[in-house]
Amino acid sequence: MSDLRVEALTHVYSAGTPFEKTAIQDISLQIPSGQFVGLLGHTGSGKSTFIQHLNALLKPTSGKVLVDGEDINQDKKTRRAVKNKVGLVFQYPEYQLFEETVFADIAFGPKNMGLGKEEIEQRVREAAHFVGVEEELFQRSPLELSGGQKRRVAIAGVIAMRPGILILDEPTAGLDPAGCRQILDNICTYRRESGATVIIVSHNMDDAARLTERLIVFNHGTVAMDGSPEQVFSRPEELIKIGLSVPQATSLAMALREKGIPLQGSIYTHAQLMAALKEVGVC
Amino acid sequence: MEPIIRFENVHFSYPEGEREILCGINLEITEGSFVAVLGHNGSGKSTLFKHMNAILLPTSGKVWVRDMDTADEDKLLDIRRTVGMVFQNPDNQIVANVVEDDVAFAPENLGVPSEEIRQRVDAALKQVGMYEFRMHAPHLLSGGQKQRVAIAGVLAMQPKVLALDEPTAMLDPQGRKEVIDTVTRLCREKGMTVVLITHHMEECIGADRLVVMSNGSIVADGTPLEVFSQVELMEREGLDVPETTRVLHELGLPKTAMDPESCAAIIAGAKS
Ligand SMILES: Nc1ncnc2c1ncn2[C@@H]1O[C@H](COP(=O)(O)OP(=O)(O)OP(=O)(O)O)[C@@H](O)[C@H]1O
Ligand SMILES: Nc1ncnc2c1ncn2[C@@H]1O[C@H](COP(=O)(O)OP(=O)(O)OP(=O)(O)O)[C@@H](O)[C@H]1O
Ligand SMILES: [Mg+2]
Ligand SMILES: [Mg+2]
Repeated sequence: MSDLRVEALTHVYSAGTPFEKTAIQDISLQIPSGQFVGLLGHTGSGKSTFIQHLNALLKPTSGKVLVDGEDINQDKKTRRAVKNKVGLVFQYPEYQLFEETVFADIAFGPKNMGLGKEEIEQRVREAAHFVGVEEELFQRSPLELSGGQKRRVAIAGVIAMRPGILILDEPTAGLDPAGCRQILDNICTYRRESGATVIIVSHNMDDAARLTERLIVFNHGTVAMDGSPEQVFSRPEELIKIGLSVPQATSLAMALREKGIPLQGSIYTHAQLMAALKEVGVC
Repeated sequence: MEPIIRFENVHFSYPEGEREILCGINLEITEGSFVAVLGHNGSGKSTLFKHMNAILLPTSGKVWVRDMDTADEDKLLDIRRTVGMVFQNPDNQIVANVVEDDVAFAPENLGVPSEEIRQRVDAALKQVGMYEFRMHAPHLLSGGQKQRVAIAGVLAMQPKVLALDEPTAMLDPQGRKEVIDTVTRLCREKGMTVVLITHHMEECIGADRLVVMSNGSIVADGTPLEVFSQVELMEREGLDVPETTRVLHELGLPKTAMDPESCAAIIAGAKS
């Protein structure tokens, strides 16, 4: 639905102070409409800084961000308009939850878009269902939720806007495994049905391997790798060197090969591992 | 060994909530052990956690830290000195404008002499890989860096019990491994008691004991091998098992190992 282009993007924090920090440097890349992208990288590698540029929350020190060919920072109007097109779920849900009730929080985005009351209610219900938040929590203050419940409400608030570009900063941190699976599966369905572009920042190699079609790996503010999960996870030594790892299925496959079991093909998901085991007659 | 923390039939409801959040918890944590706590979102883990140093008090029942009743206000300082906490959201625990002051805050409050504080703070920051950020402002750090600073804060306290509520949620894979290795070492070498809440099954593999919570009750309690081998129970609880356990389970092999090497050995043995 919306394509995204980043040109020579650089961001420097606290310029001119002793704490000056170039968080991202000269990043250029293009994300075509409808792509499912995983963004990986060590702590402090610049992931959150990068994605906050994609909906004009941060202004580039230099370089450009273009959504559907238009520079999103060209004036106030485009900076504001891009917020409805590009939905961003923050790394810490606390930054996003500020209304009195859970319902009002999820309704905040749709309300700002000027939707009617009925439409808003319906979207809030749908979004709550999407993330597994029970309606009995609607009148509760977001401050009185558990960590994982807060995360779910923060995701719902952005889903309710039905953005053409959906960006999530570590959306599964703090979610229980069933919640992770449910929400990630629903995000896949949303993308398929709406044609939205999805970018997920993640430290979970298993999810990244299972879901995305492209992985962009950051290292100290620059792009260290950019390719399919298969390409990226075929370079385990490099990944480990920059603070990351490989999916659990890949580690186990490596150990099995060392024990002399000749597993074929690249293996980075559970399904692939089981299929490869079957092929060599272990099953 | 004596239990260092003991929950005695603890019930708890939040003041305005009608629902019971902890429904009769009985739990003894042995001094020097490493206990991991799992459970679905909203199962009551953080609520249980906050009972361990008197942030929350039971509606009925008792929580003991050594021989101190957490409801005894005179013992509050001693209790907080014994049990050091890292909370789920590191943002809520930033108390200073400079990283090293933030880390020094707890030991200062405990009355540790200042030269020793200096040493402890430097050592703790190095341990979590944040020494070079010691003069930075904590609120301007990345998500994972904040989490590391919060962990340094409790390490500098050197408490008897290290209680951590999802301390690695925002860390990269190696950062996560370093934190787990560090607390495991403190437990094994220094005899510290570790209570770790997590949603990451791999982090529990090295624990002595795994406690699973569900809707305010404990539904499983045993060694990681014992608990993880109950694959159906874990699935019913919305949890997961390590990939190694899952593969052994699906192959119908004995679930007696969790690390990739031993698991590979079992599979290789079954093939030949
Ligand atoms: N507001 C700020 N002021 C100054 N420096 C900052 C600010 N925000 C981030 N930084 C620094 O910029 C670098 C990149 O931070 P960023 O938050 O983009 O990392 P990240 O890849 O999202 O990390 P994490 O996985 O820990 O969330 C870090 O070194 C961080 O300390
Ligand atoms: N301050 C509060 N007031 C009322 N209810 C609360 C409050 N804090 C938490 N709750 C409720 O208590 C229950 C248990 O919450 P708790 O934070 O202990 O869960 P948790 O197991 O830590 O979950 P998570 O994995 O999401 O962090 C949840 O249903 C939550 O909504
Ligand atoms: Mg970040
Ligand atoms: Mg919690």
